[in-house]
Order: sequence, then structure tokens, then C-alpha cells
Amino acid sequence: MQTASHLDFIVAAYAVAGAVVGGLTAWVMFDYRAQLRKLADLEKRGFTRRSAHGRSEPALEQAKEDA
Amino acid sequence: MAIADLANPSRFLRFANRTIPWLGGLTVVAFAFGINQAMVAPDDYQQGATVKIMFLHVPGAWLGMLGWGVMTIAALGTLVWRHPLADVTAKAAAPIGASFTLMCLVTGSLWGRPMWGTYWVWDARLTSVLLLFLLYLGVIALWRTVEDPSRAARAAAILTLVGAIDIPIIKFSVDWWNTLHQPASVMRLGAPTIDPSILIPLFIMVGAFTLAFATLLLAAMRNEILRRRVRTLRLMQASAVS
Repeated sequence: MQTASHLDFIVAAYAVAGAVVGGLTAWVMFDYRAQLRKLADLEKRGFTRRSAHGRSEPALEQAKEDA
Repeated sequence: MAIADLANPSRFLRFANRTIPWLGGLTVVAFAFGINQAMVAPDDYQQGATVKIMFLHVPGAWLGMLGWGVMTIAALGTLVWRHPLADVTAKAAAPIGASFTLMCLVTGSLWGRPMWGTYWVWDARLTSVLLLFLLYLGVIALWRTVEDPSRAARAAAILTLVGAIDIPIIKFSVDWWNTLHQPASVMRLGAPTIDPSILIPLFIMVGAFTLAFATLLLAAMRNEILRRRVRTLRLMQASAVS
């Protein structure tokens, strides 16, 4: 069995695995930033999660605090 | 912090924010070590260097099934206890499990071509894993189609429980039917049939991929909790406008 003769299959498999792990990592990171941006936008408009219950702590502050 | 405390979404967020960087760092270290060990592992006496594809293919298969296992437990949490964090877990796990199942299928094909002479055969093992991937896509489609999260969660939970039948079929397909795919060589009664020089790097890679799965799942769950907060605020915004 020659290593070189199947190198293309091995490299392709590792590229696929890298793409899967890298793609999932990028997805969760971009999604996290997108959700924080949306919360910030809603806060600017005066809508906060706690305000629904008559409290003043803004949703973004809480998300940042959580972060 | 008690495990039960994590059932509170805010406490879970704090836990996730503290844990994700550490888990991510550990994952990188585990991958660096695992890939190094995989590269220096000897060639198989029959399959030659293509055995290096096993270090990706087996973790992909394991995580594809683990993902559905996590979703099955979460589905019980949704249907029996109606816990929102169970919905969050199930929704977050689906694309991750689907991705690793796809990785298993593609790396398996890339391994099959030089070893079997074909990328694909409709044998029981390959077909049941393909079915798992299609089930994942079905669950993801349900989450995207049904707008109300609690209704989507119930529908996805039922499909998940029905789909769980596929997991033992995948595991035992190589025993129940004649398959081109080889029989179990690690998770079997008796000792593994793989030489330790290849088995140890395989375990390290399985560990690294499992750490990656845990990190990604925690991060995706955190995103889903934030997404639900955004949805709640948008509903408040809509009701304020009207």
C-alpha cells in the first residue's frame, strides 16, 4: 500500500473535517455577535427585557454582564 | 453551583460564558496533540496510510450519534417536563450533530473509494447513517418552519424520539445484515481489534472531537437563549407599536 497513491483522499478527508469544525466555530461566533447586536439595537429603542416587569436593568447590560 | 441551578437560563448563560473559553482552549490543545499522534501513527498492514482517515471518520460517527442522543434526552425534557432549556438544547444540538454526521459520511466515502473501489454502497450501515443525516435535516427544517418555539419544540421532540430508533440500527447494522462496512472493531464485546499504536491516537482524536462538540453545543445554546430574548423584546416592540 503506497502512502502517496492515496494522499489525495487523506488530504481531502482532513480538509472536510477542518471545514466542518471551522464552519461550526465561525457560525457560533458570528451568531453570538449578531444576537448581541440585535439586543443592543432593541435597547437603543428603549425595549429591555426587565422593563416588561417594571425593572430598569437593560437587556444588553445583562447580556454583557453575563458575558 | 448545583447542576439543577443550570436549568435557569440566566445562570446557564453565566456558566457558559465562564466555561466556553476554557473548553475551547482545551479543545485546541487536544486537537494539536491528537493530530500529531494521528500523523505519527503507523500505517495499517492492510489499509496503509488511508487508516489516517479513521481518526476523523470514527469521531464523526460517534458525534453524529451522540448529538441525536443529546436531542433524545432533551426531547424527553420538552415533552415530559416542558422545560425551555430542553428546547434550547435540542435546537442547538441539531446543526452540530448534522455537521458531524455529514463529516462521517464524506470521510467514509473518501476512505471507501481507495479501499472498496467505490464511494458509496447501499449497505445497511451506510444507509442508516444517511437516514440519520436526513432526520437531522428534518428536525432543523421543523425548527425553521414552525414559528412558535414551543410548538416547534414539541414537533421536533416527537420526530427526535421516533428517529432515535435509528441509533441502535446504526450500531447493530453490521451484525444484523451482511455489509461491505466492516464489523465493530472498538465498541464490541471483548477487546478492540485495533492495535494500540493506532487505537490510542484514535481515542485521543475522539476525545478532542468530543470536547469540540461540547464547546460548540454550549456556545450554540448561549446563542439560542439570546435569540429568544431578542424575540421576546421584538414581540414587546410589536405590541407597543400596535
